[in-house]
Amino acid sequence: MKLRRLIGFNLLTAVVLGVVGFYVGWWLGHLVKAESIEYFDDTGQNDIALFVAYFTGVVGFLVGLGFANYPVQRLLGKPPSLREKETAGIGRYFGLCTDHKVVGIQYLIGIGAFIFIGGLNAMLIRFELLRPTHLAWNGNNYLTLVGLHGTMMMGMMTSGILGPFANYFVPLMIGARRMAFPRIEALTFWLLMAAGTILMTALAFGGFPTGWTGYAPLSEQSNMGVDAYIAFFALVGLSMMLLGLNMLVTVITMRAPGLSWSRLPIFVWGTITTSVLMVLAAPVLVSTLFMLALDRTAQTSFFNVQAGGSPYLYENLFWIFGHPEVYVLALPGMGIVLEILPVFARKPLWGYRLAVTGMVGIMLLSFLVWQHHLFVSGINGDLRPFYMLSTELISLPTGFIFVCALGTLWAGRIRLTVPMLFALAWIFNFLVGGLSGVFLSDVPSDVTTHGSFFSMAHFHYTIMGGLLFAFFGAIYYWVPKMTGFELNERLGKIHFWVMFIAFNSTFGPLLVIGFLGMPRRVVTYAGYLQGANEWVSISAFVLGASMLVFLVNLVWTQVFVRTPAAANPWGSKSIEFQLPSPVPVHNFDRIPTFGPDPYPYGGIEGTRPVVVPARPTA
Amino acid sequence: MWSSRSHGQRIAALTVIGTAIVLPLVVFVLGPHMPPGKGTPVASSQVTDNTVLLVVMTPFTMFILAYLAYALVVFRAPKGEEIVDGAPMRGHFKSQVAWLATTTAAVLFLAIFGTTELLADNGAGGGGGPNPVAKPSGAVFPVQVIAQQWEFTYRYPTYGGVETATLVLPAGRQIAFHVTSLDAIHSFWAYQLGVKADANPGVDNVAYVRTKNPSTFQIRCAELCGLWHGYMSDTGRVVSAADFATWIAARRRQFAPSMKYLPKYAPSYAPDPTFRAG
Ligand SMILES: [Cu+2]
Repeated sequence: MKLRRLIGFNLLTAVVLGVVGFYVGWWLGHLVKAESIEYFDDTGQNDIALFVAYFTGVVGFLVGLGFANYPVQRLLGKPPSLREKETAGIGRYFGLCTDHKVVGIQYLIGIGAFIFIGGLNAMLIRFELLRPTHLAWNGNNYLTLVGLHGTMMMGMMTSGILGPFANYFVPLMIGARRMAFPRIEALTFWLLMAAGTILMTALAFGGFPTGWTGYAPLSEQSNMGVDAYIAFFALVGLSMMLLGLNMLVTVITMRAPGLSWSRLPIFVWGTITTSVLMVLAAPVLVSTLFMLALDRTAQTSFFNVQAGGSPYLYENLFWIFGHPEVYVLALPGMGIVLEILPVFARKPLWGYRLAVTGMVGIMLLSFLVWQHHLFVSGINGDLRPFYMLSTELISLPTGFIFVCALGTLWAGRIRLTVPMLFALAWIFNFLVGGLSGVFLSDVPSDVTTHGSFFSMAHFHYTIMGGLLFAFFGAIYYWVPKMTGFELNERLGKIHFWVMFIAFNSTFGPLLVIGFLGMPRRVVTYAGYLQGANEWVSISAFVLGASMLVFLVNLVWTQVFVRTPAAANPWGSKSIEFQLPSPVPVHNFDRIPTFGPDPYPYGGIEGTRPVVVPARPTA
Repeated sequence: MWSSRSHGQRIAALTVIGTAIVLPLVVFVLGPHMPPGKGTPVASSQVTDNTVLLVVMTPFTMFILAYLAYALVVFRAPKGEEIVDGAPMRGHFKSQVAWLATTTAAVLFLAIFGTTELLADNGAGGGGGPNPVAKPSGAVFPVQVIAQQWEFTYRYPTYGGVETATLVLPAGRQIAFHVTSLDAIHSFWAYQLGVKADANPGVDNVAYVRTKNPSTFQIRCAELCGLWHGYMSDTGRVVSAADFATWIAARRRQFAPSMKYLPKYAPSYAPDPTFRAG
């Protein structure tokens, strides 16, 4: 039994088959190389082989995990084995598991690890910028760090909240026992793990100098590291599409009886609107990258000017994906914050319908603003007033979210727990992020701020100050529920305060440095900016250190101390806190019924939910 | 403790006081230091634009900060209190409408203001494509900016198409930058002039700016263009008309022997065949 477990379908076999697959593909790719690939003999580069190798590697990895078992067994007319439905043991975290709660925890650890790597890259970038001239990394290594940091963060954070928390809690919140497509749910996670590994292999192929945007024609000239970038982002796109689809189908079809749309917790609304963006935007990304890969391998010329292509085409396609993408990063954070505020203000969510309208409004408008990334590109000057208007209009639905957050605090009984601190910090950070965004939306102002450290600091305020703070808020709020073990509050507060202060001390000055004329993604800068950059770098190192406080907290409390968490430590009225910690495998003994208000703080309008708790499992 | 009305009045008072203190600071202290300085009329109006944005944002920022601060002090649960719920308020139609009205007014004002500035300043110094909608009236002084990995060269079509490695502009002239690229996408950013225009291969991207007095300005590439992107910077000069005439005449003499190897002046040039570089 032990041996069967070791060589069965799990992470170990997956890694072995993945590596074998990679080398088989590499070998195959070199077989099909044609003399017509003009650059091959000159440079020793073979993009075809690398793409084939990534493909076969991913297929091997997924087969090794057991994703082929079910379809193959059904194809052969055999009854499917139920290995993937195992309900106990640590082993199910290291393989294909269809329990949405296991997948949520897998996501938290797996994505967390890659985000940590992305953060380390940021530390190395800030180290180089301690000096205005060359300090530690050569030009190529510096740009590779920039690219790895940006791409890793963008790719992993898209599922940063939906992956762990929506997978875990949306089925609970809608009174379901599973997701609509449990195998697809698991697939989205393992695709991301394969993708993250592939991105790291860019280092072995010379890195890539394109940043996370991969603009052609730079990405078409550059070395084989770009292939890793393409493969990574395409897999992330695939994972996003499937995750979004799964979430949408789950929420639409699997809500408990009586749980109408207006009774859904706001986090579920954040999930739905994000999912719509994922389903509609990610295919554009995947197709764009496919075109880029064809340009690099099959000598097509979608983006190649000499042969009739256009770099504008890439820029437009990328941002048609890319702008919804940044709201994929914003909406889940809003959902989390509006979910946490009522619990610790002891108030119903103020303006529930306004908040939903805000989320849906952001979702719709986010498809109409992409050319604000191209205000000075010269693509079509006449359209700039329209994109200026549509971009500034997004601040209206975003304003709804703010006013709902503030209204919820009104006359509340606020308790500054760790999750609440992170939620309140979100309001502050996202405010700065939103206001700095106004400068970028205004064309005359954008002439200076575009492509500068200002725009970089702006989106760090919205994504790191917004999404990552919400992410940590969700961790402190929900992880005890997920694992059944408490987190340490004192360490949590240290983590919060160091992170909050260091974050603002890092990115606040960066707004100013951008205003003063420092472009993004440069390895050298004007000497008079050195003092400011040193300040920023040191703040960034402190910010990095705050993550270590969190790691210590997580490992210490979850692995060593393991104090059992109470079922409802926060006095939350949300359904997941009416269940035991951790939530039992089958979620509910009986499907719960739901009252009219998801946030019945202060009573009235019926108490919710009327839950029949599951029996705690031993 | 206090009624809803008095909470509201206090927050409003805090907002007004905060705005009254911060607004003059924004207009008179911060505003004049907003980027990109007053090197050209376009740059000056960008400074104005940035200041106006700050002014519009100030009351909203003050309101949200005042509200947050007030809530954190007054709406805190007493230490050690058992978990007690607040009053179940699920919305307040009037304040929602008021919020919607103020934010909408601010947003529409900003969009209209930005559009007016954009058109009045002939594209506000930003690249507006080959045929920008807003053009300056009167004579323009064309300069072509040719970006390539990893330097800018400048071409003066009205001076026999002479190509130089440094950018020198005559003072007091309406300049038309024609920005193009030979390889990847770059961006021509002349900070003190208030000009930024992407350089795309095969594209003539035009940005207008009127120069003022003799001065120097920083040029940096603002779009990631590969290995030496971080080193793609330059210093340009605005000089008097007489100095410019002397300078350009010297350049024409200096480069006369090599002029025949240059391609004929054109809005854009066929890029080098795609090559593989870091
Ligand atoms: Cu460049």
